[in-house]
Amino acid sequence: MQGIKQAAKRVYDWLELRLQVEGPVKDAVLHKVPRNTASWWYVFGSAAFTLLMLQIVTGILLALVYVPSGAEAWNSLNILNHQVPLGWFLRAVHAWGSNFMVAVVFIHMAQVFLFGAYKFPRELTWTVGVFLLLMTLGIAFTGQVLRFDQDAYWGLGIGVFILSRVPLLGGSLVHLLLGGPTIAGATLSRFFALHVFVIPGTLLFLVAMHVWMVLKLGINEWPMPGRLVRKETYIEEYNKLAHEDGIPFVPGAFWKDLIFSGAVLAVVGVCAAVLGPFGPSGQPDPSITQTVPKPDFPFLWIYAVLSYLPPSMETPFILIAPILMIAGLLAVPFVASEGEKSWHRRPVAVLALSMVAVSWAVFTHLATSTPWSPHMSAWSGDTLPVKYLQEATPLVRQGAVIFQAKQCRNCHSIGGLGGERGPALDAVATRMTMDQMRYKVVTGGGNMPAYGKNLSPPEIEALVSFLETLHPEKEPPAVDASQQAAASAPAGGSSTP
Amino acid sequence: MSDVNDSPKKQSTGSDIRTASEQASNREGPVVVSRRWMLLKAGVALNGLVGLALAVPIVRYLLAPVRKDASYKSWISLGAADSFPVGETRLVSFKNPWTQPWDGETDNVAAYVRKESATQFTVFAINCAHLGCPVRWFPQSQLFMCPCHGGVYYADGSRASGPPERGLFTYDYKIAGGQLQIDAGQMPSLSNTAKMVNISTPGQNGAAKNGDCPCRG
Repeated sequence: MQGIKQAAKRVYDWLELRLQVEGPVKDAVLHKVPRNTASWWYVFGSAAFTLLMLQIVTGILLALVYVPSGAEAWNSLNILNHQVPLGWFLRAVHAWGSNFMVAVVFIHMAQVFLFGAYKFPRELTWTVGVFLLLMTLGIAFTGQVLRFDQDAYWGLGIGVFILSRVPLLGGSLVHLLLGGPTIAGATLSRFFALHVFVIPGTLLFLVAMHVWMVLKLGINEWPMPGRLVRKETYIEEYNKLAHEDGIPFVPGAFWKDLIFSGAVLAVVGVCAAVLGPFGPSGQPDPSITQTVPKPDFPFLWIYAVLSYLPPSMETPFILIAPILMIAGLLAVPFVASEGEKSWHRRPVAVLALSMVAVSWAVFTHLATSTPWSPHMSAWSGDTLPVKYLQEATPLVRQGAVIFQAKQCRNCHSIGGLGGERGPALDAVATRMTMDQMRYKVVTGGGNMPAYGKNLSPPEIEALVSFLETLHPEKEPPAVDASQQAAASAPAGGSSTP
Repeated sequence: MSDVNDSPKKQSTGSDIRTASEQASNREGPVVVSRRWMLLKAGVALNGLVGLALAVPIVRYLLAPVRKDASYKSWISLGAADSFPVGETRLVSFKNPWTQPWDGETDNVAAYVRKESATQFTVFAINCAHLGCPVRWFPQSQLFMCPCHGGVYYADGSRASGPPERGLFTYDYKIAGGQLQIDAGQMPSLSNTAKMVNISTPGQNGAAKNGDCPCRG
C-alpha cells in the first residue's frame, strides 16, 4: 500500500515538474469567495457549462453515425432512431440537453441581471455572456437544421425570408446562408460546419474567457440594499469582503454547483428516456405540401411574434428589433455600471425582467396552440354537433354542407372543433343579423377572405340560413332594429283605422 | 527563463482582484532592443502580408454562392400546356435545375399552375409571401391557405388575409413547342424580385403583375 502511494506521488511529481499546473489550479480552487455567494442562486453558470460538455460528448457520439449529406441525413437519423442500439437515447439526450442548455443560459442571465452582477468591474464578463447567449441560440438553431426534416427545411425557409428583407444585400445574404439558390445539400453541409466546428469553437473560447474573468474578478458578492458599487472603492471593498468573510471556493460553494449540475444531467437523462428524441418528422421534400412546420422550443416565441405583426410592420420589425435587443443587452452594464445591486432597490430592473419573462411565456404558450393558423383538415375531419342539425330544414342542412365544404371550418370552430383564426360561430346568430352575415361572407373584411366570387347566391343563402340557426336556445337571433320597426309599423298602421 | 523550482505558493492567493497599476509595479521596465524590435515588426509585417494574400482566395471561396439570380435559373418544362385544364389550379413538381448529387429530395420543387385560358397561365411558387411556408390550395373555396401564420390568398394569388404584405410569388413562363416552361432555379423570396413579374406572352407587356395585384374581392 505504502509502495503504491509512493509510486503515485513520484508519477505526480514527475508530471507536475513538467506541467506546472498545481499553482494555477490551487489558485482557482482555493480562492476565497464571499460567504453569502456560496448560494443555490449561483449554480446556473456551472450548470450551463456542464450541459455544454454534455452536448459536446453526445454530439461527437452522434457524429459517429450521422451523415451530413442532404441526401442521407434524414435516413441516418432514422437509422439512429430505429436500428443503432440506443441511438434514439443519444439523440434524445442531445435534444433535451439542448433545450435545457438554452433554458439554463437564460435563467443564468436573468439571475445575473437581477443580482446586479454585471456592474463594475464585471461589465466585460456580461458582454461576453451576451455573445455566449447568441452562440447558444445559434447552435440550437443550426442543430434544428441538422435534423434535416420538414420542420428543418421550412424553418430554414423562414430564415431565408427574414434575411431576404435586408435592403440591397438580401439576395446575397440568402445565397450565403444557403450555399446556393435553394435549400439543398450545400445548405446542410454549411450548417453542419457551423454547428460542429465554428459555433462550438467560438463557444469554448468565449466560455474560457468568461470563466477566466469570473476567477480573476471574483464571484459577485450577495447584493445588499444600500451597499453601492463605486468604481473608486469597489475593488478594495470586494477584496476585504472576500478575505474577512470569505470561504474557499472548493468545497464551500462548489459542492452546490456539483449537486445542481448532477441533478440537471439526471433530469435531462430522465426526459430523454421517458419523452424520447425529437423527430425527425417527414422527409425534407419541399414538394410535400401536407406539412405544418413549427420551430423548436427556443424559437417558438419568435414564431408567435411574427404572426401578430401587422403587414406594414413586418420588415422594419424583423430587421430592427433583433439589433435593438442585442444592443440593449450589451448596453446594460455600461448604462448602469455603478450603484445599487440589490433588487430591493431596483424596481425598473425587476419590472423589466418580469415583463420580458411574462411576454416570453405568453408568446411561447400561444405558439404551441397557434390560434392564428387555419386547421388545414378541419373542413373534412371535424364533425358538426348533431344538435345543430336535428331539426334543420333542407336549406339549413345544405348550408351546413357548404360551411364544411368551403373550408369555413378551417378558421371558425363550432362545438369547440375547428380553426381559431376567426371567431367561434356557435352563437354567431346572436351577434350578427342575416344581412350582416351575407355582407361579411360576400365581401370578407378584417382577416376574412371575400367569398363573393366563390359562392353562388343560392349557396350564400343556404350558408347564412345555417348560420342563422346558431344561437343558444333561450337567446333569439339578432335582428336589425330598423327593419323590425319598418316591419311592425305598417302592421300597426293597418289595425288603427 | 523561470526557475523550475519556483514554488507556486509565492503567487498571492487568487481571490484578490488586482488592478493594472498594481501589476505594473511588479514588472520590469520595457526592454527596448531596437534591432530585435525591428525584426519583430518585420515578422509581424511578413505574417500580415501572407495573411492578406491568403485571405483573398479564402474570401472568394466563401463568397462562391453569391451569384446573380439569373445564373442560377433556367427554363424548366412542366409538361404539355394542353395537359392543364382551363380554369383550374394544379400542383406540379419539378427537379431544381441547379443541383448537386447529394441534394436528395430537396431538389424537388413544387408550384401551382393556374390555367386561365388556352395560352394564359399563372405559375405560383408554393412559398407563402410572408415567411415562405408551403401554401395549400383548396379548390372548393378557391383559396390558398398557409399553415404557419394563417396567410390566405385568392385564386389569382392576391392576398386575401393574414400577415403577408403581398400576393403569391409567380414564375415567368413561356410556351415552347407546346410545353409549359417556367424560369426557375431559385427559392422565391422577397429579395429576388425578378420572380414577381410575369412577362410571359408577347403583347402582354404592361399587364398587371400577378403577384402584386390588389385584392379583387
